[in-house]
Amino acid sequence: MNSNSNPLSRRRYVIAAVIVIIILVYVGQLFKLQLMSPQYRDYADSNAFLRRTLYPARGAIYDRNGKLLVYNRPTYDVMMVVREMKQFDTLDFCRTLDIDMERFHALNADMRDRRKNPGYSSYTPQLFMSQLNVEEYGLLQEKLYKFPGIYIQGRTERQYNYSNMGLILGYVAEVDKNKMAADPYYMRGDYVGKSGIELSHEEDLRGEKGVEILLRDAHGRVQGKYEDGAHDKAPVSGKDLTLGIDIDLQAYGEQLMHNKVGAIVMIDPKTGEILCMVSAPTYDPVLLTGKSSDFSDNYRQLVNNPFKPLINRAIAGTYPPGSTFKPAQGLVFLQEGIITPQTLYSCYGGYPPLGGRPACHPHGSPLALQAALATSCNSYFCYGLNAMLNNRSKYESVTAAFDVWRDYMVKLGYGYPLGVDLPSEKGRFIPNSKFYTNFFKTDRWNAHRIISIAIGQGEILATPLQIANMGAMIANRGYYYTPHVVKERKGAALESTYTTRHDSGINREYFELTVEGMADAVTMGTCRGINLSPLVEVCGKTGTSQNPHGDDHSVFMGFAPKDDPQVAIAVLVENGRFGATNAVPIARLMLQKFFRGEIPESDQWLETSIINRAILPHVYTRNLPVNKPSNR
Amino acid sequence: MIYQGNNEVSEKGKVDKPTLIFYILFVLLGWLNIYAASFDLENATGLFDLSTRAGMQLVWIGTSFLLAFALLKIDTGFYETYAFLFYLVGIVLLIVTLIVAQDINGSRSWLIIGPVRLQPAEFMKFIIALALAKVFNSYTFRLMERKNLLLISAIILLPVFLVIAQSETGTALVYLSFILVLYREGLPGGFLFMGIAAIIYFILGIRFSDTQMGALSVGEFVTVILIIIFSAAMIWNYIKRLNTSLILLFSVGALFLVAFVVSLFSVKIDWGIVAIIALAFTALYLLFYFIRYRKRTYLYIFLFLIGSFAFVESAEYVFYNVLQPHQQMRIKVTLGMEQDLSGAGYHVGQSKIAIGSGGLTGKGFLNGTQTKLKYVPEQDTDFIFCTIGEEHGFIGATLVLILMMFFVLRLLRLAERQTTMFGRTYGYGVASVFLFHIMVNIGMVIGIMPVIGIPLPFFSYGGSSLWGFTILLFIFLRIDKSRKRN
Repeated sequence: MNSNSNPLSRRRYVIAAVIVIIILVYVGQLFKLQLMSPQYRDYADSNAFLRRTLYPARGAIYDRNGKLLVYNRPTYDVMMVVREMKQFDTLDFCRTLDIDMERFHALNADMRDRRKNPGYSSYTPQLFMSQLNVEEYGLLQEKLYKFPGIYIQGRTERQYNYSNMGLILGYVAEVDKNKMAADPYYMRGDYVGKSGIELSHEEDLRGEKGVEILLRDAHGRVQGKYEDGAHDKAPVSGKDLTLGIDIDLQAYGEQLMHNKVGAIVMIDPKTGEILCMVSAPTYDPVLLTGKSSDFSDNYRQLVNNPFKPLINRAIAGTYPPGSTFKPAQGLVFLQEGIITPQTLYSCYGGYPPLGGRPACHPHGSPLALQAALATSCNSYFCYGLNAMLNNRSKYESVTAAFDVWRDYMVKLGYGYPLGVDLPSEKGRFIPNSKFYTNFFKTDRWNAHRIISIAIGQGEILATPLQIANMGAMIANRGYYYTPHVVKERKGAALESTYTTRHDSGINREYFELTVEGMADAVTMGTCRGINLSPLVEVCGKTGTSQNPHGDDHSVFMGFAPKDDPQVAIAVLVENGRFGATNAVPIARLMLQKFFRGEIPESDQWLETSIINRAILPHVYTRNLPVNKPSNR
Repeated sequence: MIYQGNNEVSEKGKVDKPTLIFYILFVLLGWLNIYAASFDLENATGLFDLSTRAGMQLVWIGTSFLLAFALLKIDTGFYETYAFLFYLVGIVLLIVTLIVAQDINGSRSWLIIGPVRLQPAEFMKFIIALALAKVFNSYTFRLMERKNLLLISAIILLPVFLVIAQSETGTALVYLSFILVLYREGLPGGFLFMGIAAIIYFILGIRFSDTQMGALSVGEFVTVILIIIFSAAMIWNYIKRLNTSLILLFSVGALFLVAFVVSLFSVKIDWGIVAIIALAFTALYLLFYFIRYRKRTYLYIFLFLIGSFAFVESAEYVFYNVLQPHQQMRIKVTLGMEQDLSGAGYHVGQSKIAIGSGGLTGKGFLNGTQTKLKYVPEQDTDFIFCTIGEEHGFIGATLVLILMMFFVLRLLRLAERQTTMFGRTYGYGVASVFLFHIMVNIGMVIGIMPVIGIPLPFFSYGGSSLWGFTILLFIFLRIDKSRKRN
């Protein structure tokens, strides 16, 4: 068969013809575009369309009572199109902006440096200088006609009504290179949340940028909107947020913690809303706003401050919970049937099997769980833990028993971040059996070697938020809602993680017993200092947390009222010694403020005394600047 | 079906020189244009600076040359023997990529191994071509057997779906270009005709869907007329009865004439209804001839007519309800219905400005202002043709187009001179892929195709695509080199 007689073989000509036709059509289109359409040359000369970004207003932030905390103020950025800067009077320009030639050249070099500004092009508007205030804007606007290639871009800057809670609100700053690379939404000069709520709720707060298409003439002058704005996209404002935080309570807490290091957390147990979250020391949020030069000076000072005011100790502090850990122990022992409410253990000023260590303080003996909670008996919980870990009829081995214990601790909110809607929350530490097996290099260790964890010491570490959350768990008799600072997002529901109930897996009756023990602690036990009856029946547990950084930390965990609780609280004062010394009076004042809205005359001496107290742990200043104090 | 190559005299065992020259020319032109596209007047960098796109492209070019050299050393039998194994490995790689790939700009097609980033979908092009060639090469192969059609469809469609799942719709469309191979090897022309008819219906239907002519939109009206004309043409072409075909056309013409005359007496005529009556008449006419002459072909044309009308009616629904908004927008921009300057239209608009401003002779090498950063997006990858159009004008752009045309025609010629079915079908596969890339990429840049992100062969920046095209081409040159000659 000859190829030409094969009918299929003829198809090669059809295919070739199709190819030639396509190419001819394309040449025709090129002819039309390049030779018959002179307007394209004009468009190119001016690049007729100028896309200008329209910035949305960042969402405002309110406190739980609708008090405005954070809002926006207009500022202006100077944008430069380098190609259009002809016959530019640099001197006059510098005078108008009140900068010297040196600064002008530095800003210019920054703008053109592709490492700092990956999107640099001399044909499109580039950020030259940011955040002019209204007066500076007025001066420049008047003379703008003299400076071809200079444009003004409106933006907003954060403003604060209160000088409190800088750590929770966080700050916004110019987006960095990594963020720009990771998310194409951001361009150089954009502002983005860097910490606190501003970071964790960035996508709610930022809104959506709009765009405006302007038409320019051959000289680059803007002639107006292209087709009357038919192609523009309006910016969408960010969502306003309402916090669970009561700004008055927060401000008062910060005042009480003045010159101290530590944290106060108050939670509404019914919802998990955080009513106040004080971390001391803190900073005034206004410090981290303004022109980039002021911002970086203040930021450097805060970073270099030995007391580390940029760490939110309420969610990232590292503390042994001390005796506030005991209610959790009692609950687990009851639930696992290791003890009953009637089980008695004796105490002779210390844990007898280990020769009186850990030591205890004078109280009646032998005693049951309710009394052990009220008097904060160390021996009782050491006996309990020992009984649990040595119970071979219930658990196969010490490691099996320990992992059961650990699972309860995790269910009670320890060991992992709770998931609060703030960045950099820490989970801190609850060891598992593997940890000890590795540590002792054998799996045949016994309860006595780790006995201090029964009283919240040893390897156990928790954040003040976890301690407060435990208070909420007991207040609710067995469940909690994940603590959160943002109560409402305008136009969007709260994420379901904050409305889901987390159950402890421990019977309600055991919680009732624990509540009774904590009520007794207030009426006749270790924290009588917080007895607010008849105003409200408070339940509480003190803690005195030993640590390697000097004096013990003073801790308090509690809730009130006993029935139908409205608030759970945790207070921690670093190196504040006994729980009753500092944490209890601070908690008392916070509860007075919460329930009464003011401090009664009878407590004003206490308020003055607390505010004037300075407890500045020298761990932060010792060894400066040679060695950093080790954590453990 | 024994096929003998045309007895072209060529040097035995030599690589085809014209193709080699095209290849080297394109790669070097591409490199210069990548340099131009990312050239920065303020911080001029050298052509060989490895921190720039041009410098990196030089690395890709160098490795491609090594790759080409190595491919020419491998025995032809290797490709034939392992074609299916390649295919298997290719499919596995696509699945692995789908599972492990991170999202890069919305696409999940990159396999990252240490410092190397590969796009398996690029290499799938030569793998599918090889697998198809192997299937065609089997001695007893008949394309129109149902079993074979299913096998061929599976070979093409499996990677199409996998790559669509990676959000690389453009590359998936490239695989569909292998239909051209099937056409050359005996797929009835009717299939291709129906494909083209469907595209025409779709474009007309959507483009003119917004104005009504009574019961039908203008788009529907025009497509109905087209369906009638196509039906008449098919009667003439397949049944060879010119009279039957002309009677049909005259009847329909008469119907419209009557309607027109009536409308002169200020009677309001619903032209949509008239068109539907004409279509119904055509359908009945075909059925009548089928029953009278018992000729199946009439029935097929009747089914074509019904199918076409159903397609037209559903096209609009599919367009507005199945396609995603950005895809709708791209098509609307191409059809000139929308400008969408803040989205898809902005890119094409800027691209047209860049090319249009080039004029007859262009602005000169490195003098293009539009393509230098930011105005035209992807100026050194998918929109590289802009730089050619802007800096070298109508003359330069046309020259490149014509060169590409001769390149593809040369590939067809090489394919036709193969003495084995394997060689010929692989050659057609190679030509189809290049043709599709050139057609879609340049069509997009000059604004007559929707925005589909596929590279311009040898010109666009990128290692994976350059390697992919080099492998595709040089396997073919190797096969061509060792073909048996009469």
